Amino acid sequence: MEKHEGIIYLEDGSVFKGKAFGFTGTAVGELVFNTSMTGYQEILTDPSYKGQIINLTYPLIGNYGISDIDNESPKIHAFGLVIKDLCENPSNSNCVKTLDQWLREQKVPGVYDVDSRQITKLVRKHGTVKCLISTEGISIKKAKVLCEAGSLRGDWMKEVATIDKYVIEPDKGFKEKPLNVAVLDFGVKGNILNCLKARNCRLTVYPYGTSAEEILAGRPDGVFLTNGPGDPEEAVEAIEEVRKLIDLKNLPMFGICMGHQVLALAFGGKTYKLKYGHRGANHGVYDKDTKRSYITSQNHGYAVKYESVILRGMEITHLNLNDGTVEGMEHRDLPIFSVQFHPEASAGPNDTAYLFDKFVKMMKEDQDA
Amino acid sequence: MPKNKNLNKILIIGSGPIVIGQAAEFDYSGTQACKAIREEGIQTILVNSNPATIMTDKGIADKVYMEPLTEEALDQIISKERPDGILAGFGGQTSLNLAMALDEKGILSKYGVKLLGVNKESIEKAEDREEFKALMQEINEPIPNSIIATNIDECFEFVEKEGYPVIIRPAFTLGGTGGGIASNKEELEELCYKGMENSAIGQILLEKSVAGWKEIEFEVMRDARDNCIIICSMENLDPVGVHTGDSIVVAPTQTLRDKEFQMLRDASVKIIRALEIQGGCNVQFALNPDTGDYIVIEVNPRVSRSSALASKAVGYPIAKLAAKIAIGYNLDELNNYVTQTTSACFEPTIDYVVVKFPKWPFDKFRTASRKLGTQMKATGEVMAIDRNFEGALLKALTSVEIQCDGLCVPFVTKLDDEKVISKLKNCDDERVFCIAEALRRNLLNVEEIHELTKIDLWFLYKIENIVNIERRLREEPLTKELVYEAESKGFTDNEIIEQSGISRSILQDIRVYNDIYPVFKMVDTCGGEFDAVTPYYYSSYDEEDESVPSKEPKILVIGSGPIRIGQGIEFDYCCVQGVWAIKDLGYEAIIMNNNPETVSTDFDTSDKLYFESLHVDNVMDVIKRERPMGVILQFGGQTSLNLAKGLDSRSINILGTSYKNIDLAEDREKFNELLAELGIAQPKGVAVTTKEAAFKAVKEIGYPVVVRPSYVIGGRAMQVVYSDIELERYLKEAVSLSDEHPVLIDQYIQGKEIEVDAIADGKDILIPGIMEHIERAGVHSGDSISVYPNYSLSEELEQTLLDYTRRIARALDTVGLMNVQYAYDGEKIYVIEVNPRASRTVPILSKVTGVPMVKLAVAAMLGIPLKDSKYGTGLYKKSPFFSVKVPVFSSAKLTDMDIALGPEMKSTGEVLGIDKDLDKALYKGFIAAGMNIPTEGNMYVCLRDTDHDDYTAKILSDYVKAGFKIYVSPDTAEFLEKNKIPAAVMDYDMAEEWIMKHSSDSGEKFSIVFNTPAVANRKNTSSFPIRRKATDRGIPVLTCSDTAKAFLMAISHRQAGDRLEYVELNMD
Repeated sequence: MEKHEGIIYLEDGSVFKGKAFGFTGTAVGELVFNTSMTGYQEILTDPSYKGQIINLTYPLIGNYGISDIDNESPKIHAFGLVIKDLCENPSNSNCVKTLDQWLREQKVPGVYDVDSRQITKLVRKHGTVKCLISTEGISIKKAKVLCEAGSLRGDWMKEVATIDKYVIEPDKGFKEKPLNVAVLDFGVKGNILNCLKARNCRLTVYPYGTSAEEILAGRPDGVFLTNGPGDPEEAVEAIEEVRKLIDLKNLPMFGICMGHQVLALAFGGKTYKLKYGHRGANHGVYDKDTKRSYITSQNHGYAVKYESVILRGMEITHLNLNDGTVEGMEHRDLPIFSVQFHPEASAGPNDTAYLFDKFVKMMKEDQDA
Repeated sequence: MPKNKNLNKILIIGSGPIVIGQAAEFDYSGTQACKAIREEGIQTILVNSNPATIMTDKGIADKVYMEPLTEEALDQIISKERPDGILAGFGGQTSLNLAMALDEKGILSKYGVKLLGVNKESIEKAEDREEFKALMQEINEPIPNSIIATNIDECFEFVEKEGYPVIIRPAFTLGGTGGGIASNKEELEELCYKGMENSAIGQILLEKSVAGWKEIEFEVMRDARDNCIIICSMENLDPVGVHTGDSIVVAPTQTLRDKEFQMLRDASVKIIRALEIQGGCNVQFALNPDTGDYIVIEVNPRVSRSSALASKAVGYPIAKLAAKIAIGYNLDELNNYVTQTTSACFEPTIDYVVVKFPKWPFDKFRTASRKLGTQMKATGEVMAIDRNFEGALLKALTSVEIQCDGLCVPFVTKLDDEKVISKLKNCDDERVFCIAEALRRNLLNVEEIHELTKIDLWFLYKIENIVNIERRLREEPLTKELVYEAESKGFTDNEIIEQSGISRSILQDIRVYNDIYPVFKMVDTCGGEFDAVTPYYYSSYDEEDESVPSKEPKILVIGSGPIRIGQGIEFDYCCVQGVWAIKDLGYEAIIMNNNPETVSTDFDTSDKLYFESLHVDNVMDVIKRERPMGVILQFGGQTSLNLAKGLDSRSINILGTSYKNIDLAEDREKFNELLAELGIAQPKGVAVTTKEAAFKAVKEIGYPVVVRPSYVIGGRAMQVVYSDIELERYLKEAVSLSDEHPVLIDQYIQGKEIEVDAIADGKDILIPGIMEHIERAGVHSGDSISVYPNYSLSEELEQTLLDYTRRIARALDTVGLMNVQYAYDGEKIYVIEVNPRASRTVPILSKVTGVPMVKLAVAAMLGIPLKDSKYGTGLYKKSPFFSVKVPVFSSAKLTDMDIALGPEMKSTGEVLGIDKDLDKALYKGFIAAGMNIPTEGNMYVCLRDTDHDDYTAKILSDYVKAGFKIYVSPDTAEFLEKNKIPAAVMDYDMAEEWIMKHSSDSGEKFSIVFNTPAVANRKNTSSFPIRRKATDRGIPVLTCSDTAKAFLMAISHRQAGDRLEYVELNMD
């Protein structure tokens, strides 16, 4: 395999030259880093990474190849991949292709053999950075022009969510009647749906911006707000419909990541952009309720402002142990709660899967009431 | 819950002497625990019999008891100190077993002492096979089919059902002592008997073998609130079947998908919760690579060797945090030590790869089996860090000091094809080199090697990458790209030169003109996510250099590398002391070392830590970056001293004794001339390069002679030779060991051996103390029992020793530490050896004399004269206590090793017995060394002809007087008869039978074997099986008359039922 040069151009003018892999092409996006040491396939197929170029801090990537069973959505959403050391001979009994092959098929450019740690530190220093990745041998001058011309979008959730409504039946083997859950899709990860259907939920997944009336017409037992990419403040339609849902009917509601932020905004709270976000599988989160801490999977660039929601009837339930940012909230009176992190893991630890049980319990109690 | 306010005084139990399976890692964890507790304002009392440790040094714990780790000693110390709690999770299996015993005997409850961090139930659940099995079944964690057996019939029954091979593991042991894989009835019987004997509770586990599965380990921590975190995951290159301590281990796991990783993470968390461990724990899994099924192999409910490795691999101080948890803290109440701003309750993520490589003692134990299996044989290990696997592996290989510059090594390239393949099938210490060789010769491809070894293809492809770079170096023109590729994948300059055939200067030019040098990256626990303050670095070929040298004057200390026979933690003690002294004197202290088990590689020991191979290339990279004012080589043993030549030739300033003088001391011929000039006697000796010359030399010197290759550590391949036949045999083996260097033949001085350590400043010297050996010259100083202060030397002799030492120091222009070994034959003092560096005895002498030897040495190197210190010059005053160092052997682990004492060092560790009374100090020393001291019984005696003397006869008759019944071998019978010592004659076969019956109730057994073999290290001598089998069964085997004499002193104290006083070590 002949190695082209691959380049990473940052809007501050920094250039990293490495080797190209994957698709031969060029993309502009927001440069982010993820510190998880496993799960590159899950990360790349997580719709929340739409529009982003991912720099993985773990240097040896592609070791176990690509499998048929680890996708979080049918395709790669990230715009590019930056790593230190590419594995060309993966080894795992589930491996069906190499990372390089897969990126080529999915038309995603990759660059390796760059100082990915230095890039991480730059992102840490600058915060959000616009960046260009190219594997087609363009000049730095051209890279600069293209990078400047490219724009970062905040409304990706509207694009990655499903276009048509669809239904997922619960896993087999339950005797009880399933719970009907309306899933408001902002770019859902497959494992969220798996976690719910494994708990006897029948899922109706709605496209972005579906009206509250239509959702309620489906007579759901609870509403789930998914993860998704972009700036939550740009999800104007969704915020409005969620506000209506809350006003019309006190349904149990559970939000994750973008869903959590949309919920906060629907309640009149505020969100803000973190300097460089939380992306990884190792953040400790404190649960005020159980007085315990859990290791969580994280992927978010925005966060909910603490004070902005406690005045709106919310209790902060979870805090990030490192920076004290809001990681979860619950309404004092209504059966509504949400978390910033990813209890569905994938990639990452399963410590907080108990939150799905909590949602199910809420729906059952609501039915009984 | 925050800190428990009811704890004001805590007793910490150390791990005792270093043995295989329990090495320096517990000095590291114990030191961390002491510091973590003490900084909370809690008084710390430490008990440890190991004098070489840093933890027993002044300033680590509030009080130190250097006393035997026995119930009796602890009972007395607890009753005196009345601690509120006891920490037993930091001293390995030794301290855990001891704490269990104290609890069982009611000693802890009697004094109201709380067992902190671990509880008896969790230990039992984790370590008692039956309880563990039940617990795993209860929480639905898969374990292999197994039974717990206490007799051989149960074993046969199991195998009939499950078939061979089966794994045998004794319960409650360390390093898998007595374990193994049995493939047939004979092996089964041998392993089962041995296992039952080795187990503290006579229990063994027989389990169906899952050899060939992936071996994965997780280091987990948990607090009282049930918060659990994974500190590090590890994947063994060697699949299940090779003890993890003998495996090449990589962190983090490389070949697991996230879901597989999380499956094992979930299981680890479930297990630590079920065991209710508060602190650290290690869980080992076997993972079927084809089906994804796994089983739990083992759990260590405490900090371990693996946790020391994990701590260094990710920069998360497990022991420190475990100690905080033990006194009541929760993880989320503590900060990450590395970032100081983020929480300790997180999972470290790393942006590099770590390779651990074991250090085996096979270069020393030529008779020991090199085969690797379930019983750990490594004495130590090295760790290497890089941003690619190839680089980390090659750095690890150059760190273990097996004279290799890469994967292409002469000891493998010279093997024939068949041998290479057979070494792949039967794993031994050279397997990784044979994989490369098989690929290099195109004997087998990667898939075929995988079939043979079951090593994951991922690792094999990486090794193939290295072999391919070698090939490119041989075949392609040497471009800057190729040099960069090779250097960045861990190739040393030597290897590039060797493979490509270009000259060093051309390679240097390519590197200089294209700036092909590594940068240094920080170990920060978080993959760069947060700003970190750890001064902990490794080299890698990458863009950004994160190690910013300060403007302060700085000194680089070179560490001692992996723990091995002859070079143990004593040298890490010296390095750490050196670092502290440098800091005290106002300089910046930088340390470079590759051993993850040590205190020196703790990131808060020095101002800056470079975790690196100590290959001269890597040392120069650090020097190039830091530009220290000087480098100290005399603390890291022979490892660092061997760098003197390379650094001197590159014009690096070596602090202390110069290279020229180091060479003068180490070069026999030059040194002989020097001593002759000084008029100081030494054994007659010559260096020979041919067999003829050797025989000629012996004619002049006369037997017995001591033979050895030049440049040795720990007397490797050294032997006392009594006859032509032995000499002939020796030359055949030893010369091949080291072709470049000649063989040295010295007159063997039959007399007392004396050891002197001194500090010199170029003008004056200070001798803190003289140590006198119990065993005569000829037994390696590391293996002999030695006594401080000297007990039988006249004042005049002391003055002569002072005078000689001073003159030698001056002649060598010594600055810093120096060690001289003398022999005294009753008339004259001979110099046997001079080591221009720190020695094994420095920590002992520093502690028992109160003289801070390393600190004074550093001061001397920096120009502060000795006479300015309060310790003065000359011979320091004697302590009122006798301190007896007793060596400890890991013979139970090295099953084919001959345990007979000789000039080659065999011990792995040592203990100290301290008392006002020499006899009692000896008695304590034997107890601390774990010797079974009998008060009665039978003694089997078989002695070499040279021991048929009055001295030995007297010892034997004293044993008879003490009530022992003597059985004597036919060839020694006449000697006893002549000396009118009552004894029954018994041949070897019968004696062996009695030995085998040792644990039975029969009276037909021995409580002591006294056997001085004619030739040590030879398995085919008739007495070898006697020594070996007796050792395996815990019978004291005395292989030197002097040891037998000393041992009798201990026996008589035990017979008299003398009560020992256990006192605080305080020599101020």
